[in-house]
Amino acid sequence: MSTASITRATLTKDLRMEWRSKDAINSMLFFALLVVVIFSFAFNPTAEESRQIAGGLIWVAFLFATVVALNQTWARELRNQVLDAYRVSPAPPNALFLAKTFGNFLFVIVLECLMTPLFVVFYELRSVGPVWQLIVVTLLGTWALVVNGTFFAALSIRTRSREIMLPLILFPISIPALLAMVDATTSVLTGEASPDFWIKLLAVYDIVFTLVCLLLFETVLNAE
Amino acid sequence: MKKLAPISILVTVALLGITSYFALVVAPTEATMGDVQRIFYYHVSSGWVGMLCFFVNFVASILYLWKRSPASDALAAASAEVGVVFTGVLLLLGMLWARPVWGIWWTWDARLTTTLVLWLIYVSYLVLRRFSAGGQTQVLAAAFAVFGFVDVPIVYMSIRWFRTQHPAPVIGGGENSGMAPGIAHVFLFTLVVFTLLGAWFIWLRYKLATEEQALESAHTQAALKGVA
Repeated sequence: MSTASITRATLTKDLRMEWRSKDAINSMLFFALLVVVIFSFAFNPTAEESRQIAGGLIWVAFLFATVVALNQTWARELRNQVLDAYRVSPAPPNALFLAKTFGNFLFVIVLECLMTPLFVVFYELRSVGPVWQLIVVTLLGTWALVVNGTFFAALSIRTRSREIMLPLILFPISIPALLAMVDATTSVLTGEASPDFWIKLLAVYDIVFTLVCLLLFETVLNAE
Repeated sequence: MKKLAPISILVTVALLGITSYFALVVAPTEATMGDVQRIFYYHVSSGWVGMLCFFVNFVASILYLWKRSPASDALAAASAEVGVVFTGVLLLLGMLWARPVWGIWWTWDARLTTTLVLWLIYVSYLVLRRFSAGGQTQVLAAAFAVFGFVDVPIVYMSIRWFRTQHPAPVIGGGENSGMAPGIAHVFLFTLVVFTLLGAWFIWLRYKLATEEQALESAHTQAALKGVA
């Protein structure tokens, strides 16, 4: 079996499990909803102010919600020693990693599609700049969070108090990506600046860290 | 080696004393900033040692992933800890200097922010080492060290997009850069002493880490014997 077909098989299995249980997506959605409501109470912005701060609010909400999903990524593979079975099988480790990353990417994108209307309603958002740029930023930014997040979730699954560990190692590394997402979103929403530099930076971040993850995943999976 | 330790302590303490004398008394007072500028000797030297430590950590981590030798893991752990300490000192001294000169303790300027993020990354490296279990620590930490080191230039690029408030590089920073001879001599001396100090800290911490490894493997051996 090729890498592609193993990736597809694992991804289909994960999506089917998620479709039947809806564990990840429900907890993410409710969590993000809570963050939106709490932020709204905490800042109580007018339409003009919210355009200035929305980039930060949206991405912080998505970042926290993403961590909720990432923590569940590998946990289900520990039951019944699925991960150990995978390690002794001849299947390429990167196929597993890619399948998990694609799965998380889809979950987070679905979450973002469901949450964006809520943000628009609660914060009276209207974009001054072109909306298609927001879509590019969202795709690149989500990948940046998810690719490192899936890798670090595989790291933190091996540690004590793993659920606390993941944000502790993921957030410092993600700071440049987060900065790029927030600033690009704000510059499109306010229409005051061009997000080009940030989009390029996100693209570079995505490429560099996808490569590093693929290079190191086998080592981490087989760590004894 | 055991005899060398007390001598090296004495030499380092003596050198640090001489450095302080040079930096605080001998060096000429800077024209515009006055005595506050004397922080510069310690500030830049700590920063230099911190960066050097993180570089050593990266090289040792790569070596560990490649050869899997316990020695390179011990070196990686030692240099990360010493690096975090020196970078912490760098940040604190920078704040002490910024308050009288800039009028603020902190600003989200490119170099300050990059240094803070760098410090955060290596603190999380130490947290990861602390929380991972037994034999996996080395591999997980080494993998994370690669991420941390690769992230630094990206962090710098992203944060440079903000306005820069930090003074331009004093050495090789264009036409008006450069130091008065008195200041330059003291600075170079401090730099050398701090590098020695950093190397000595890493050496001590490295010895401690190898002792820890030996103890752990002795425990494992004893447990295995108990089972058999």
